[in-house]
Amino acid sequence: MKIDLIVNGHKRPLDVEPRVTLLDALRDELRLTGAHTGCEHGVCGACTVLIDGEPARSCLIFAVQAEGNAVTTIEAMAAGPGELGVIQDAFCATHGLQCGYCTPGMILTAHALLRDKPSPTREEIVDAISGNICRCTGYGQIVEAIELAAQRLRGANAEAVR
Amino acid sequence: MNAPSKFTFVSSDRRVREDRRFVAGQGRYVADITEAGMLHVAIVHAPHTAARIVSFDATRALAMPGVVAVVEGGELSEGVEPLMNGLDTPKVQRYPLAIKYVRYHGEWVAAVVAQTRAEAEDAAECVDVIYETLPHVIDTEEAYKPGSPPVHPAHGSNVLLDRTFNWGDIDGDFAACDHNLSLRVTWGRSSTVPIETFGVVAMWDPWSETLDVRASIQMPKYADQIARALRLPGNGVRVHYDIDVGGSYGVKRGIKHTVLAGYLAMKLKQPVRLIEDRLENMESGDAHGPDRIFDIDVAFSKDGVVRSMKMRAMDNAGAYAGRAPFQLGKPIGAIVGPYRINSVRYQAVSVTSNKAVQEAVRGFGQSPTNYAIETMMDRVAEFVGLDRVEIRRRNFIRHDEFPYLIPSGTRYDSGDYHVVVDKVMKHVDWDSLVAERDRLRATGLYAGIGISACLEPSGGNSSFEPLLNTANTTTTWMESCRINVDALGHITVTIHTTSSGQGHETLASTVIGEVLEIDPDSIRIVRTDSLTSLPGNSPVGSRMAVMLGGSCFHAANKLKTKMVAIAAKNLGCDVNGVDYSGGAFRARASDKKLSWLDLVTIAHRNYHLLPEGFEPGLEATNVYQVPTGNELPTADGRVQMYPCHSFEFHCILVTIDPDTGKVDLRRYVIGHDCGTVINPHIVKGMTLGGIAHGIGAALLEEFVYDSEGQMLAQSFMDYLLPSSHEVPEVEIVHHCTPSPFTVMGQKGSGESGYLGAPAAISGAVNDAVRTLGIRFNKLPMRMTAISDAIADAKSSTANAR
Repeated sequence: MKIDLIVNGHKRPLDVEPRVTLLDALRDELRLTGAHTGCEHGVCGACTVLIDGEPARSCLIFAVQAEGNAVTTIEAMAAGPGELGVIQDAFCATHGLQCGYCTPGMILTAHALLRDKPSPTREEIVDAISGNICRCTGYGQIVEAIELAAQRLRGANAEAVR
Repeated sequence: MNAPSKFTFVSSDRRVREDRRFVAGQGRYVADITEAGMLHVAIVHAPHTAARIVSFDATRALAMPGVVAVVEGGELSEGVEPLMNGLDTPKVQRYPLAIKYVRYHGEWVAAVVAQTRAEAEDAAECVDVIYETLPHVIDTEEAYKPGSPPVHPAHGSNVLLDRTFNWGDIDGDFAACDHNLSLRVTWGRSSTVPIETFGVVAMWDPWSETLDVRASIQMPKYADQIARALRLPGNGVRVHYDIDVGGSYGVKRGIKHTVLAGYLAMKLKQPVRLIEDRLENMESGDAHGPDRIFDIDVAFSKDGVVRSMKMRAMDNAGAYAGRAPFQLGKPIGAIVGPYRINSVRYQAVSVTSNKAVQEAVRGFGQSPTNYAIETMMDRVAEFVGLDRVEIRRRNFIRHDEFPYLIPSGTRYDSGDYHVVVDKVMKHVDWDSLVAERDRLRATGLYAGIGISACLEPSGGNSSFEPLLNTANTTTTWMESCRINVDALGHITVTIHTTSSGQGHETLASTVIGEVLEIDPDSIRIVRTDSLTSLPGNSPVGSRMAVMLGGSCFHAANKLKTKMVAIAAKNLGCDVNGVDYSGGAFRARASDKKLSWLDLVTIAHRNYHLLPEGFEPGLEATNVYQVPTGNELPTADGRVQMYPCHSFEFHCILVTIDPDTGKVDLRRYVIGHDCGTVINPHIVKGMTLGGIAHGIGAALLEEFVYDSEGQMLAQSFMDYLLPSSHEVPEVEIVHHCTPSPFTVMGQKGSGESGYLGAPAAISGAVNDAVRTLGIRFNKLPMRMTAISDAIADAKSSTANAR
């Protein structure tokens, strides 16, 4: 099927089988490999992308279903090539990751949380990331990263996540 | 920390350099690799627990679109050697695909290769295999019985290993003690289950006769094993170490996957990619952890001083041997935990069954063993009516007794257990913790406190290999580093392994920066491949801080020594007259100076200015031997296992909902001592992550099999990994007892948290339900098991009325 995906603000025409997931289309067709395959049944969250700004499991959606929606991937989160965004930098500051496999999904989830709740409580952060499994960190430094990012974004920089 | 740091970069709050690429989604994992003409593999799985393959017909599959080849075990067994066994069990042969017989549900029967993964999967469903089912055995103790159906008839029984060690005068110590008691605990089969499954891309270049392998791997001697299995020379396999591994914690050892992909790449002369799907990873990726029953007799005085222990550990290895039975051997290096136990009898039993194959899991058998030892200590405390903290204090090895030789032959390096426990007691305010537990009990919840004190043996050698397999004479488990200074004076360091989140680039640059007094961020770390590497053994056995750190330290000092010698000649003084500071050289007598760049120029350009016999250029390498454990075991089975022993003391408060059985971790404190910390962020992450992993093993995760051998936990809906809701905020109490055996006093921390969390959680849950007269002696203690047990206890109490 011929479809037009809107990925990271750009129109991307594709010709895919109807059974191809959005995750596979992003990774294999568009070579956006920041979204990762984890469980392939919607539990682990490694494949998280934003669809119209909301975190979604790209392994549970067919690419053809995403036509017309704005898809945002981790590749759009950096301020520029080699230049980290605020949330990404906060994850580095607290070492909110180890192997990095769940990290893109965590950062996109955090991005959506902080857009909606600039001053989340710890419970709200824990709740927001509870659908993203991290096997390395035990979540402590991820929560710290999101708290740090929130604090920084509440400063001069709040527009950056809008 | 308990003392100010004497280091500049080591132990300081520095970022982990690897993190930048990962937060940007720029990690390079195996599934991100594409090669021109790359083919994809789908696996045909056995639908039976034990069966004979009566017929195999791939005709329909081969006619499907995109299909290139279908390979079954018969063909493969002609082309490859059996995979390596750890034990000396030559009749327990394992190949990547089943040969004539299938031995567990899901076992790989055939590989279908096609242009796309989807086409390969479609065709895999059209491979026609007819089976004749055979008797099977799942239960561990059944498998141990002489009459059980042998998984490998040629081996004669299901017993892979049954060896009893006697260290010290066990019978005498039992006779001399006031009391003894017996207990049984069971560690259910779980694993580390990384979010990235195992994957491999293999490419055969017929012109250079080289097999290039890119894999999600964490495995010692990986390239050697591939070469041996595929009958290639060692230098015919090039494993690329610049692949990021999406989590491993021990299990990413896909040797069967790799040999299969390598065989297919060589056969088809095209790149072949094999990536497990989630079900494959869980059911047939051969990556389950220990599955173990402990039977313990312990002898102790009326004061609760433990004198002797008899432990039988019986492990269900699954359908093939592999390296997993060694997980009964590694805990021998800390078989008495942090305690002064005078003598030990240890019977290590490993049996085959028709379950999936085991692989190394974080701690290599230590966490189950710690759970058994700590449960034993709780029982002794209960028996003699002593507080659980006090009984540990009475039995701990004292700080002034180190290095301390334990009965099984390992000398512990250092420790300060009493002080760590005191610090934790003070931090938690024990009396108020007890008061809080009692307050919670008064609200109608079950509440309990759990503690565990245990060791993390680290700096892994492989002494358990010759201990459990006399045909094996391994006494080294080296690690290496190469430092090169280019003609512009910049430093590039090569390390020779993949990483799965441990931060080896940060480790190497920090240690080398410390020695050379140069900003670690200016040092580039590269990962080469197995053909350009120095010898190494990969990040197993909590060893890289000790081993890669040690290698980097020695290589950097070698470089510095070389540069000082060049400086001395050009400053006109003796080497002892040269001061090195921050990369510059000064003759103390004359105050003449040479800069780093001056030295670099001499080394790279001015042979005439080099000391006699010096090679031009500026590089240093080091191949580092494990600091201890350089001897074969003694005849009575004593051997020096790992050099370093980190200590952790967990203290936790839990509540249990009386109706649902849900365990809530209300407070989690860990005292942690891993000697000198090289990067505090990394150590913290390992500790917190290890605890999360331990929470899973204690409360959630189990590969359950039914009596027919069907694995019941087949997805993340039924094999539950801890989410952020299940992992509490953890308070870490630091202590630093440097190791005398390592270059900077560091010990390992890669398994920390995981080694004591299950024991502490079990202790807390049992403390909570003690008033009901029930005990949990098996992990995991899943919610359903707890609620059922509570309901049963309540109804039997009600009936008794």
